[in-house]
Amino acid sequence: MIIYGVALLAFCYITGQLLGEYLGLLIGVNANVGGVGFAMLLLVLINDWLHKKGYLDALTEAGVQFWSQMYIPIIVAMAATQNVRVAVSSGLIALFAGLVPVIICIATIPFLSRLSRPTPTQSHGDSH
Amino acid sequence: MEILTKFLDKNGLVFAFLVVGVIMYGSGILSVKLTHKKIPGSAIAILIGLVLAYLGGIYSNGQKGLADVPFFSGFGLMGGAMFRDFAVVSTAMGASLLVMRSTGWVGALSLFLGIVLSFLGGVLVALLWGYTDTESLTTIGAGACTYIVGPVTGAAVGASSDVIALSIAAGVVKTIVVTIGTPFIARSIGLDNPHTAMIFGGLMGTTSGVTAGLAATDPKLVPYGALTATFYTGLGCLLCPSVLYLLMRMVFG
Repeated sequence: MIIYGVALLAFCYITGQLLGEYLGLLIGVNANVGGVGFAMLLLVLINDWLHKKGYLDALTEAGVQFWSQMYIPIIVAMAATQNVRVAVSSGLIALFAGLVPVIICIATIPFLSRLSRPTPTQSHGDSH
Repeated sequence: MEILTKFLDKNGLVFAFLVVGVIMYGSGILSVKLTHKKIPGSAIAILIGLVLAYLGGIYSNGQKGLADVPFFSGFGLMGGAMFRDFAVVSTAMGASLLVMRSTGWVGALSLFLGIVLSFLGGVLVALLWGYTDTESLTTIGAGACTYIVGPVTGAAVGASSDVIALSIAAGVVKTIVVTIGTPFIARSIGLDNPHTAMIFGGLMGTTSGVTAGLAATDPKLVPYGALTATFYTGLGCLLCPSVLYLLMRMVFG
């Protein structure tokens, strides 16, 4: 059933986000630390396990896949709710304070990805 | 008119589905007809979203772009953190655990580098603009991480409210720059595989920017970028008001 997939996703989301909240509390930060990341790892692991056991049917998977298809439309809606007015009207310092770090960080990407070239079999075989 | 306003307010989310669907459809046509698919439809749709956010912000003087315009309040829910994170998590379904594992340590390194470099970049810009006090410099540097790290840090170190507002603006600019810029620079920085996407997510850190930028570049890369980016804001809130602030005080007194 579709709802099994949605519920599975919800379970991973709730568990991961809660973990992120508590981790934030634990290290004394007023923010969620890695909640989405934990939820994603959980989903990958559970999905893998269910797959091996043969518990996953097409409809259950469709319940998760629906949301990953909805992802871009949701991002469009998110883009439409950004505070673009403030970003545009805050003048040059905000523009540069936002732009310069991006340029600096982009410059280090080739260096970092070369630093850790995955083994050839992985770099070519897994980019599905 | 009053009935329509009330109706759309009550059914905001469903109306947002409809409007976004129309935007996506229009962007798809624009992508084919105007750019011969050189610019993906999703990138155009996101750009239209940003323009609408700007217009909505001007119209309503609010902070949430189009969502502050009465008819379009549903955008706030559809584009809010809950739906966004729920959808981001679902993209992990097709992700490869092997790649995640093999990128693990570089992903962590890219997180730390991303925060420190963004912070320094922000501090540098603030210095050039004539800020000299440690609190303001630290807060603007933190805002260069993400628009959440900025105000959290500003409140912690006791910066003035206009500097905090500035740090938020810097963070929003960063999000927009990453959103728009990613598809254009992707090829030249080798951003075409999960491995680099994880490094990219860790370096940039703005979850909204990274996920939107990657979605416009190649939706398959989204889960990898999101996986590292999700740790960024938390780590930034940890490092900026503590270690980085102390270092700043040692340098600037």
